[in-house]
Amino acid sequence: VTADVGGSLPTLIVPITRADLVRYAGASGDFNPIHWSESTARTAGLPDVIAHGMATMGFAVQAITDLFADPRSITDYGVRFMRPVVVADSAVVELLVESQVTVVRPDGSVGIALTGTVDGQTVIRGSISITADGARSIPTSQP
Amino acid sequence: LEVALLNTAFIGRTYPPTPGYQVGREKIREFARALNDSNPVYHDELVARGLGYADVVAPPTFAVIVTRPAAHQAITDPELGVDFSRVVHGEQRFEYARPIVAGDVLTVVVRVDNVYTAGRNGFVTTCSQVRDLGGTAVVQVYATVAVRGAGT
Repeated sequence: VTADVGGSLPTLIVPITRADLVRYAGASGDFNPIHWSESTARTAGLPDVIAHGMATMGFAVQAITDLFADPRSITDYGVRFMRPVVVADSAVVELLVESQVTVVRPDGSVGIALTGTVDGQTVIRGSISITADGARSIPTSQP
Repeated sequence: LEVALLNTAFIGRTYPPTPGYQVGREKIREFARALNDSNPVYHDELVARGLGYADVVAPPTFAVIVTRPAAHQAITDPELGVDFSRVVHGEQRFEYARPIVAGDVLTVVVRVDNVYTAGRNGFVTTCSQVRDLGGTAVVQVYATVAVRGAGT
């Protein structure tokens, strides 16, 4: 299937719990306590523990990387963090990732815009560039 | 309410290359597991070899393991004036020359691109050039951290 501008990619839903944040802290080396200590988060003026922005970014990109086999397909990935993802103790937060083709270049490479929301509020906005080879394996709905 | 005042003399400052970080196969698997990402190319070296890689491939955000501590050379320098308890991540971008693969030895050169205030918040943007042992570019990583002014 050839990607078309305006075409939507499959939606991804990622459940996030406090345990995921602890696991991400260990794997990434980012032990900032606002990602695991409620008292520290509150002292910093946050409502509760928040997810690492980089965890949210790493979860969200799977909406795209799940679609092709070769990691060379992705040439650029950038995001803006719009709102913290608050993860209360024993809560399961659902990150909803929706994406759309925004540009198809003459060489066949494509640009994709991605939005992550939690409870209807945008937490992350991003853009991703995919090579022509990668784009060929992306299934999109018609615009 | 206080404005987060930062030292703009840091703009353009570049840090020496970080010591080599050897990318381990199990570290890649651990990182992918932490993101609940079961993509076989991150876990199975045979799948990765089938795609022409020497070993398992790292997920797209893996480089932050080396670029975050590298950028912290600037962010945590008391002279810059960042109150780390008030830092939030604003933006992040990766420009890939190639994926990171287990066995890579990575070094990072950090440059402070900008230091500025907008409203009561301060912002620091950094560019981290990640290179392999041969000096070839692997990924360029841009990060913006925001420092919330007191009372915000």
